[in-house]
Amino acid sequence: MHLFDEQIKKLEDFANQIRQDVINMLLEAKSGHSAGPLGMADVFTVLYLTDAIKQDPKNPNWEERDRIVLSNGHICPVMYAAMAHAGYFPKEELMTLRKYGSRLQGHPHREKLPGLEISSGPLGSGLSQAAGMAYGFKLDKNQARLPMRQVVCLMGDGELDCGQVWEAVMWAGKNKLDNLTAIIDRNNIQIDGFTEDVMPLEPLRKKFESFGWSVLEIDGHNIKEIYDAIFEARAIFEKPVMIIAHTIPGKGVDFMEFDFTWHGKPPNAEEGKKALDELRSLGGKITSENQ
Amino acid sequence: MLNQDAKLNQKLLQPDVEQEPLRFGFGRGLVLAGRGDKNVVVLCADLTDSTKVSDFKKEFPERFIEAGIAEQNMASLAAGLAAVGKVPFITSYAMFSPGRNWEQIRTTICYNDVNVKIAGSHAGVSVGPDGATHQATEDIAITRVIPNMTVITPCDSIEAEKATLLAARIRGPVYFRLAREKTPIITTKDSPFEIGKANVLREGKDVVIIACGPLVYNSLLAAEELSKEGIEVAVINNHTIKPMDETTIARFAEQTGAVVTVEEHQISGGMGSAVAEILARNHPVPMEFVGVHDRFGESGEPNELIEHFGMGVKDITEAVKKVISRK
Repeated sequence: MHLFDEQIKKLEDFANQIRQDVINMLLEAKSGHSAGPLGMADVFTVLYLTDAIKQDPKNPNWEERDRIVLSNGHICPVMYAAMAHAGYFPKEELMTLRKYGSRLQGHPHREKLPGLEISSGPLGSGLSQAAGMAYGFKLDKNQARLPMRQVVCLMGDGELDCGQVWEAVMWAGKNKLDNLTAIIDRNNIQIDGFTEDVMPLEPLRKKFESFGWSVLEIDGHNIKEIYDAIFEARAIFEKPVMIIAHTIPGKGVDFMEFDFTWHGKPPNAEEGKKALDELRSLGGKITSENQ
Repeated sequence: MLNQDAKLNQKLLQPDVEQEPLRFGFGRGLVLAGRGDKNVVVLCADLTDSTKVSDFKKEFPERFIEAGIAEQNMASLAAGLAAVGKVPFITSYAMFSPGRNWEQIRTTICYNDVNVKIAGSHAGVSVGPDGATHQATEDIAITRVIPNMTVITPCDSIEAEKATLLAARIRGPVYFRLAREKTPIITTKDSPFEIGKANVLREGKDVVIIACGPLVYNSLLAAEELSKEGIEVAVINNHTIKPMDETTIARFAEQTGAVVTVEEHQISGGMGSAVAEILARNHPVPMEFVGVHDRFGESGEPNELIEHFGMGVKDITEAVKKVISRK
């Protein structure tokens, strides 16, 4: 329930390793998305490598587990990398991303890889599925069989353009689903440009609040803030919780940061090397890795 | 000659045959399914009474979920509920579910292969006065094309009740098609009904009519009339469109050498198309298709619309004669 400084340092190193894995996976796959996975490495580190989420990588179908639902399926490389580090499957398998016969489909397929709760790719439907799960657990609770399970839904900000998201927001608010937490990757970009140019979303906090949600806003690269927000969300009663995680798309790789053109493409060999050099040198703080 | 093993309604061919809307049978089946399995939950999109889920709501209020006029959310909510062990039925007019929410059904229900049942009521032009916006004539095509999906078209309210109960018991996504208006009761409680097994209602050597839904009744009437002219027509109630009973269909095509399909649906992509897909591979014979020919519906009384769009008894007898001439 509390992270000490040395744990945070270790988790930051994990997040950096996951970013390197993402670059290596994309280089090998030669297609896929760069900006979102890099931007969400810190959030996924907390989700899979701390005690914030009840789970057992060796027993992915454990009935009492919390549910991690990825709605914006295109950022799956970061999820796969975090899952591999957590022990869901061997790390070597990461390099099979998007290849024929791989369990790591270009967009996640639930039936391929144990530990995935849903298949996703088409945007806007993850929150509905997460809300359905949360409601199902509420029904179970009335039968007093299992402890309450939390459902955590990861979403992109671009998918807030989808009408279905707001149908789900309205429905979850109405049903006071306090075992539902959504985390929005608020990185302000989507394929065609900046979110506020493509389709203005602000004021987001007010929008969710008006639908009966509780809203937390955090620095999506601050491990401690992410961790604390997940616990705070669990503690809030009678309301679903929206965590707006402010992130930098392409975080950690200078030439990708804030550039929406990196939403849906992988680096080429040269760009990949440059990205890895920067990640290995911790942004220039150490030089030995570059020599 | 009617097949005695089908145990059909004794009053079937009499003018005072009992009539009831399919959705009433669905409503009864839903209550029985709810009693049999506490995991059965029902989702509705602001159409509780007209889809007849009101009885379930009354008996199991805690398992009734109002989604509002939001069919896309309803489909994916159901996918989530199924992922945690529930057996959700989603209900609306077929035009809206599986019409409006097709992609959610395809990806969040069928690609996930979760245990969601989709009941589409108000299918076909016999919806009547509401007009084309509410008359689903494309739903069989768009559901049967999705992998993992089972598609059922009950012929009367008794079969609708059986289909509902069976859908709750089998694992995986099921779509079943219901109609708004009263239609004749063709079967009885004792009639066989098994998913994936077509029922032979009438034997005949000259032509086989393969029908589904309430138009099975018009098909039987057509067969009676043709019998008077010396043409012996077999009639099959092909209630399961997917997985289809290839064996029975191929056998009858072989025995009779000519097929007429009858459905209240677009000709393209519907039940008849599925039959053609099977016969083209197994036993190609001349075929005629009775159904809606690439048009939208319109307002009117159900019976006059059935005639107007070419699915009346006369249209079926003409199709039979035409297919015989092509033998």
